[in-house]
Amino acid sequence: MIYRENGQFKSSYAADQQMLPIGQDRVFMVALLVFVFAVLPAVLGDYVFLSLLIPFLILTIAAIGLNLLVGYCGQISLGHAAFMAVGAYAAYNLVLRVPQLNFLLVLVLAGLVAAAVGLVFGIPSLRIKGLYLGVATLAAQFFIDWVFARVKWFTNYAHSGSVQTAPIEMFGWTIDSPVEKYVFLLSLLIVFTLIAKNLVRSHIGREWMAMRDMDVAAEVIGIRPVYAKLTAFAVSSFYCGIAGALWGFMHLGAWEPLAFNLTLSLNLLFMIIIGGMGSVLGCYFGAAFIVVLPIVLNQVPAWIGFPISTAMASHLEFMIFGALIVFFLVVEPNGLARLWAIGKEKLRLWPFPH
Amino acid sequence: MSAMENDRAGRIGGQILAVEGVSLAFGGVKALSDVSFDVREHEVRAIIGPNGAGKSSMLNVINGVYHPQKGTIRYQGREYHHMDPHEVAVSGIARTFQSLALFKGMSVLDNIMTGRNLRMRSNILLQALRIGPALREENEHREVVERIIDFLEIQAYRKTPVGRLPYGLQKRVDLARALAMEPKILLLDEPMAGMNIEEKQDMCRFILDVNDEFGTTIVLIEHDMSVVMDISDRVVVLDYGRKIGDGTPDEVRGNQAVIDAYLGVSH
Ligand SMILES: Nc1ncnc2c1ncn2[C@@H]1O[C@H](COP(=O)(O)OP(=O)(O)OP(=O)(O)O)[C@@H](O)[C@H]1O
Ligand SMILES: [Mg+2]
Repeated sequence: MIYRENGQFKSSYAADQQMLPIGQDRVFMVALLVFVFAVLPAVLGDYVFLSLLIPFLILTIAAIGLNLLVGYCGQISLGHAAFMAVGAYAAYNLVLRVPQLNFLLVLVLAGLVAAAVGLVFGIPSLRIKGLYLGVATLAAQFFIDWVFARVKWFTNYAHSGSVQTAPIEMFGWTIDSPVEKYVFLLSLLIVFTLIAKNLVRSHIGREWMAMRDMDVAAEVIGIRPVYAKLTAFAVSSFYCGIAGALWGFMHLGAWEPLAFNLTLSLNLLFMIIIGGMGSVLGCYFGAAFIVVLPIVLNQVPAWIGFPISTAMASHLEFMIFGALIVFFLVVEPNGLARLWAIGKEKLRLWPFPH
Repeated sequence: MSAMENDRAGRIGGQILAVEGVSLAFGGVKALSDVSFDVREHEVRAIIGPNGAGKSSMLNVINGVYHPQKGTIRYQGREYHHMDPHEVAVSGIARTFQSLALFKGMSVLDNIMTGRNLRMRSNILLQALRIGPALREENEHREVVERIIDFLEIQAYRKTPVGRLPYGLQKRVDLARALAMEPKILLLDEPMAGMNIEEKQDMCRFILDVNDEFGTTIVLIEHDMSVVMDISDRVVVLDYGRKIGDGTPDEVRGNQAVIDAYLGVSH
């Protein structure tokens, strides 16, 4: 990343609005794509895919969804795991009851169902904000948890309430090995990243950010709070719905109603706080962090000859999260994404600091 | 100078906005009591008065942020008991704010682009894919915004987050965002507050240019009397929520009630 930007002037607005305006960045991106699509699948073992990369990819999609609402539109939600649950059960029921549907279509429909539910639970945001909205979304979490535990139709009257999925088949391709899941999820994540990036630099994204930064001024400019907030809830829940369906089908395989509980909602929030509010890239950092930390805590002490118990590791995990969250909230509200940007800027100027 | 004034006087048209008998109270505080005045097309109309006189509240009534308890607002031939911010924006009234109300997490460019949002039509799906019409629309509006950026001489700060700009420039971005709406009426709440002499002169020049070149009607709140006397066609004077004077700068200057209101009030 040590290169110079000078001499690369833009001659049209279209060129100025490119996502990667600098030539070297585009080269880097192509190299990165080759690496993640061709090199990683060839060299990594199943364990890494199953316990690291697959959850990372899915959680990143969910984190992007939540970030669109919280980081870009400034509306808090403590119930986004519930919208993941809606997506997961919608997909489960669609696959169960309409088996001939293509899985991509199932995903989109699951996302739309979650979007509709998210939109309904977003209605309180029109009247309340901050802490009170947080509590209202918490109610959404408990209500939806309760519905999936009680209304047996959703779980197809399974005894324990636990549902099972079979490997997905799509266009004659059965996605069952970890590598195949990885490639499929990676492709989806790229698509959803591009869509999120497009949205936040279009007028809908500017409406969200305007609501977040100064709602009175936004209204005076003609932005309708109802439209801005509810679209943010809907799009955000759409992302989480799809992430939920993927979490169920590609990561868990079988799950119980409490798989999408408050803990997961809080984890999603931690991801965007640590990764960076209002940053799509930050969602990658945040999700990576949340996935990697427990594994590091479980393995590293043993490698360096300091084995700690699983219970101890999970205590440590909470403590580290807690400390980091306080750190980021107080010191760097824009999270790892901001630290990354600062680091890049330093490198760009290196070795001449002025 | 006088030629220009005559020229301006010739352009001033009929009544475009009228406030009639507006009263507004917050609990026990009467912010406005039975205030009436009108605004004519293409004029620069100043609202002056000591601190707390109700000037900002008046603008908030006009663009629907506050709903008065009494009175009506006549605009474009229709009467309203109160205005709705969205409708007001659609019908061509823009404003700037006394205490900056910029979107501080966004760049200068994005802030100004929000002024174009009302005119942007492509649906969310097109925006998500950023294809065809959505992209074309974005570029068209970007061109308009670039012209405003050139006009206000803030080219160098396009990509800067507004929060990092010095105060005087933020005021300019606030004006740019309002201009991006291509308003018929521009409400300016103390656009020159806290500026040094040069910045004030620049701002005066921009306001007059907007008024001359685009024919935009201007309603301006300002404390600096020399500015008010220089650039406004007519002046409304408020004191404790009441109107105590209304007329040309010269008439207002000679008005005893106005002189009394300002005596002992330091600005
Ligand atoms: N939202 C509000 N809630 C309660 N009181 C308000 C509100 N807005 C204005 N007021 C009160 O109304 C009165 C008029 O305020 P306003 O801001 O309109 O004065 P102003 O003429 O703009 O003063 P300044 O020159 O200081 O800007 C003040 O007494 C103020 O405290
Ligand atoms: Mg004021």
